[in-house]
Amino acid sequence: MAVRSAQGVLARPTSAGQTGPAEANGRDQHQSHCEPEPRPALAPVGDALFSARSIWLTRAGRAILQSVDIDIAEGEILTLIGPNGAGKTTLVRVLLGLEKPDRGTVRRKPGLVVGYVPQRFAIDRAIPLTVARFVALGRRVEDEDAKRALADVGADKLADRQLSELSGGELQRVVLGRALVGSPGVLVLDEPARGIDYTGEAELYALIGRLRSERGFGVLLVSHDLHVVMAQSDRVICLNRHVCCSGVPQSVAQHPEYARLFGTQVARALALYQHHHDHRHDLAGEPQTPSARAKDQA
Amino acid sequence: MAEPFLMRALLAGLGLAVVSAPLGCFVVWRRMAYYGEAVAQAGLIGIAVGLALSVNLTASVLAVTLAVSILLVALSRQQLVPFDSLLGLIAHAALAVGVIAASLARGPQLDLMAFLFGDIFAISASDLRWIYLGGALALGALVYVWRPLLSLCVHEDLAAAEGTPVERVKLLFVLVLALVVAMAIKIVGVLLTIAFLIMPAAAARPLSESPEQMALFAAIFGSLSVGLGLFLSVSFDTPGGPSIVLVLALIFVAAIFPAAVRGQR
Repeated sequence: MAVRSAQGVLARPTSAGQTGPAEANGRDQHQSHCEPEPRPALAPVGDALFSARSIWLTRAGRAILQSVDIDIAEGEILTLIGPNGAGKTTLVRVLLGLEKPDRGTVRRKPGLVVGYVPQRFAIDRAIPLTVARFVALGRRVEDEDAKRALADVGADKLADRQLSELSGGELQRVVLGRALVGSPGVLVLDEPARGIDYTGEAELYALIGRLRSERGFGVLLVSHDLHVVMAQSDRVICLNRHVCCSGVPQSVAQHPEYARLFGTQVARALALYQHHHDHRHDLAGEPQTPSARAKDQA
Repeated sequence: MAEPFLMRALLAGLGLAVVSAPLGCFVVWRRMAYYGEAVAQAGLIGIAVGLALSVNLTASVLAVTLAVSILLVALSRQQLVPFDSLLGLIAHAALAVGVIAASLARGPQLDLMAFLFGDIFAISASDLRWIYLGGALALGALVYVWRPLLSLCVHEDLAAAEGTPVERVKLLFVLVLALVVAMAIKIVGVLLTIAFLIMPAAAARPLSESPEQMALFAAIFGSLSVGLGLFLSVSFDTPGGPSIVLVLALIFVAAIFPAAVRGQR
């Protein structure tokens, strides 16, 4: 596994592994409560990739984000979990500048290249487009860079295929591959495993973890399910319109707010989660042989 | 065969076919057929205004299509009435207003058919200059926004997240659409303009492997339909605009048929 930030329970790391325990504990008091409370404004973190402070957003009279703070440090995998309607996608859109918050600030590291995998990427079959063309779309891309990105996600053989002919799993890999082009400093993945079966989902997250170790980018991952992302996440933020709790995955899984949001059943199942398959599936859902898996993990 | 009016009709039709091809592809990709329809039918108001004020019809039609195009962009942000209903509403309200105003402006002898279905054989040398000038402008603008426009057709959020100035590109696109629609109305009329935009592009889709190829095939099909349509029209004394659209429909069926048989999506 990759570098894992080694801070204490429920820490808010400023960048991987630099937060002192005392500082972290001071903030926990606020973070543990599930109602947004006035709290001392945190200064934006200097070397964070994204740093958002006191984000408020209301749509059609409904509060969607309430005083949300979030930082993504270089090289970390930060997972955003929360129930449906918790504002996860909206928060991502605010960070990317696709949506303007009513209040609050978003700071983005200058010159940061973002690789984005939007939620529910639907292919428009009305547009004839090869995979290679899609990968290079809208920007100047070196051939080598594009080839490497597709190879990294195991989609190099798809380059000349039409986008409209791809299966769901293939498309997923291609969209992820596209996000890798241009040496991104951060990948933003909004529920990238939608429509992929459970083991395929685990494979996808393992791939993301491996790419992070190789390329060193930060990752903001949105998921509705802590089970599969747990092993790959350095830090988890549980969102339900505001930040309910945050910290290393194990601590969030045991947090009372997490249990309250997802039900004690889920929380207990997670604690007991020691589930084995006698085989696995790759991203396209094809059964994978142990030798292929060994190669994959090498 | 080389009658001047026929040459002008052919040149006008071919010029329009070349500009309509890439534009029509974007109309298809962005699912804006009804948008184009509403803008085209609003052109009838422009004709009525032009007749009432005795100004150049091309100018008055262009002014109205540009204004309606921008109005529609603003209205697309409201959510109380679904946008397709709103487009239908505007298209037909414009048709009603246009027909009434045109008949009031000119009396019952006005040849409304020429405005509804176009009068390609009445294209004057000055019309032709306008069509080529406007066409060159539209084509230039399309080439200029081609890449960002294509990105946002594929995925708008992805394009925006990667720094495409989405709103500016969309606005430029609807302005180009309004410009081409204003030119096309003279040739194929307010009711057939959108057909001339989307039919070549739709026929090109099953044969194409890239966006540019689709635009190229659309241009070929559009030009072919102009040539064959005018030939039909002259040979059998059928109306020009509808003859062109009929040929386009046949080309579409021929193009989509093999794909449909193969069960290709």
